[in-house]
Amino acid sequence: MAKRIGLFICWCGSNIGGVVDVPRVVEETKNYPGVAFATDYKYMCSEPGQNLIISKVKEHNLDRVVVASCTPMLHEPTFRKAIARAGLNPYMFDMANIREQCSWVHSNDKEAATQKAIALVKRALAKVSQVEPLFESSIPITKKALVVGAGIAGIQVALDIADSGHEVILLERESTIGGNMVKLDKTFPTMDCSACISTPKMVQAAQHPNITIMTYAELVDVQGYIGNFEITIKQKARYVDHTICTGCGLCTEKCPTKVLSSFELGMGKRKAIYIEFPQAVPNKPVIDPDNCRYLKNGKCGICKKLCPVGAVDFEQKDELIEEKVGAIVIATGYDLIKWEEIYGEYGYGRFKDVITGLQFERLVNASGPTNGLIQRPSDGKEPKTVVFIKCVGSRDEAKAKEYCSRACCMYTAKHAHQVIEKIEGGHAYIFYMDVRTPGKAYDEFYRRTVDEGAQYIRGRVSKIYQSGDKLVVMGADTLLGSAVHIEADLVVLATAMVPTEGSEKIAQLAGVNIDKDGFFIEAHPKLRPVETMTGGVFLAGACQGPKDIPDTVSQASGAAAKVAALLSNEEMATDPMICHIDEKMCSGCLVCKEVCPYKAISEKTITERIAGQPVERMVASVNTGLCQGCGNCTVACRAGAANLKGYTNLQLLSEVDALCR
Amino acid sequence: MESINVNESIVKNADFTEEIGIESGQPVQKCYQCGKCTAGCPLTFAMDYKPNQVIRMVQLGMKDELLKCQTIWICSNCSTCTTRCPCNVEVAEVMGALRIMAGKSGTTPPGKAKYVEVMYDALLGTVERFGRTYEVGLVMQNNLKSGKLFNNADMGMPMFQRGKLKLLPTKVQGAAEVARIFAEVRKMEGGVK
Repeated sequence: MAKRIGLFICWCGSNIGGVVDVPRVVEETKNYPGVAFATDYKYMCSEPGQNLIISKVKEHNLDRVVVASCTPMLHEPTFRKAIARAGLNPYMFDMANIREQCSWVHSNDKEAATQKAIALVKRALAKVSQVEPLFESSIPITKKALVVGAGIAGIQVALDIADSGHEVILLERESTIGGNMVKLDKTFPTMDCSACISTPKMVQAAQHPNITIMTYAELVDVQGYIGNFEITIKQKARYVDHTICTGCGLCTEKCPTKVLSSFELGMGKRKAIYIEFPQAVPNKPVIDPDNCRYLKNGKCGICKKLCPVGAVDFEQKDELIEEKVGAIVIATGYDLIKWEEIYGEYGYGRFKDVITGLQFERLVNASGPTNGLIQRPSDGKEPKTVVFIKCVGSRDEAKAKEYCSRACCMYTAKHAHQVIEKIEGGHAYIFYMDVRTPGKAYDEFYRRTVDEGAQYIRGRVSKIYQSGDKLVVMGADTLLGSAVHIEADLVVLATAMVPTEGSEKIAQLAGVNIDKDGFFIEAHPKLRPVETMTGGVFLAGACQGPKDIPDTVSQASGAAAKVAALLSNEEMATDPMICHIDEKMCSGCLVCKEVCPYKAISEKTITERIAGQPVERMVASVNTGLCQGCGNCTVACRAGAANLKGYTNLQLLSEVDALCR
Repeated sequence: MESINVNESIVKNADFTEEIGIESGQPVQKCYQCGKCTAGCPLTFAMDYKPNQVIRMVQLGMKDELLKCQTIWICSNCSTCTTRCPCNVEVAEVMGALRIMAGKSGTTPPGKAKYVEVMYDALLGTVERFGRTYEVGLVMQNNLKSGKLFNNADMGMPMFQRGKLKLLPTKVQGAAEVARIFAEVRKMEGGVK
């Protein structure tokens, strides 16, 4: 049957019509083989424009349509729906972009722009002559989500998904959930106590019937695809049976080994059998095998002897647990940059009284190692002069990271406020380059700190050195135009936020890309900020880029809404523009499998009859759920057996043919 | 300083800003004025403009002020600024480029800076003649030309006693080639000193 193409060329007001001679384009293309009807219209995407297409399809019995207008990114879905309403398969369609790729970029040469528009329309006509109907298929969905990382982002995601009625596994590699937020003292700009607002959320997560918390556990494998992931989790040996442990704390009290606590960021100590902090969830201990005397050399075991319920079990081994989930949310958070390895001018960490902002949080925290008294690490004295240095590792392309870490301006203002408030006769000096406070009630908070007497000095610090029991901080005041120095008792560095250690491995497992700094890349920075380019994998919190708590929580709820929407379906439609393997042509070399970034290609054995005899051979097979239609395999396939539906080799060549004519 | 007509300065001296960028090989536009160069510079006490101000003045095309300022001569090229700059701007290289431009333009360095120029000339003069430095000649020429006859004179005797000063100049083997380098450079630079 002869093809009956409908061609509709849009003026887009003067956007196209002001440059391209649209009636001439119609004139030059209406006799292209197969074109049964051609016209132009002011605004093809408008209601009357769409109705024009629908009525002409019916009137002229068209079987396929070309619209020449703007970018398909904008209106391809619009026009596909329109021709579907006219009774055609929505994929019997192609678009010529004569706005972004023609009129907008060639506005100074109208004749050439018109010639190019004609060529682009002919290309689309050539393509549409070769298209075939495509059909969306559907795959079932496992109604359960995995959240990797249980900081405030992960907890919020888990709670929101659980509240919408779906099951959630909340995975955390530390022995307690809570992440970095529970380490903080107060939170800006409202100064509410961080533990007071985050620990209730931790308890809520623990008690929620839809949430399964897995602490001291890591993600080790991810297979499958959107709606149908098969994950493997390694439960690290805790050496304490949490099903019978009552959390009485006798073991941690009597354990003779003390080591530096990572929860206290090296500012305090814990035992070898320990609970990270009093409000930990779960509030049951684990044994640190690197420091436990019994696990290291078989002596001691006092915890086991004392435990009233016999929960200590030195024979416990790591365990692999397999689960099925429909969606994965990555919420792995941040670490602070290892400034000690980079900044020689600040002492490479040799000076005990040069600490990070997070360490200052522990110092000023009522449940911290000093019970909230600000005492400097070297001699325990109360510092009177405290210097804060911003952008250590941030905005420093020479030594560390180019980006701004976003939260530091605000927490440094908070720290300065706390110094003035808590230390009698205390002075706070802040070296800054810019003060960035774009947030609700943020600038007001910063101004208040200045009013209270915090001294802001515009310049970077070039060197810190010890002089007696003081630290001399050499900086510049660029507003004054002079070098300046301060004799400080304590120096606090606002260090850059970097992706947490191990996030690269999570990215590999989940098949998600990371940027040059190691942060996870969202599908679109503005319009799809919580999704990734891998279907069914979402992002929340600082793993996607430095963030403060309000932004993290908002993004977490956004990711949860996306997951809830996905899991609310019994099954989901798949994009039909995916790879198809022609088994007759496939030689089974599986080069395609190597280049597939989505692990969508596997091998399968088929039986053929050759000369009347059944012969078994191997060919490539595409998992339609995993394939994202990137086309890598079609390029790699030497036999031309792999073809991307909607962009077949034949279709692409006919387009090239039309353009070269 | 009186008010500067910024756009006039930038437009008029765009070539200057570009040339300093090319000659120094430094991305001067990247500087965001954190002042870390000034904070670590051991010589700011003697400078009329601080290092971060010099970079700003290059960005703004303030050629006249820069070529007759003292800072570019006071800078001793220790490169502390260069190693600490977070924007990868080698400030010492920019100072060098400005010094060369000032030298070519024939501007007399003002104030204390002129002693630095006298010192440079005296030092390079001995290298040109003997292929290496000749300390006694250097000291004599420097002190005569600067008019500070007994400058550092107390150092003379101890250095002589330790064998650090030779009374007569010694020539290196390739002294003629060294002299030719000077001649070639002078030719390339169009005959300036």
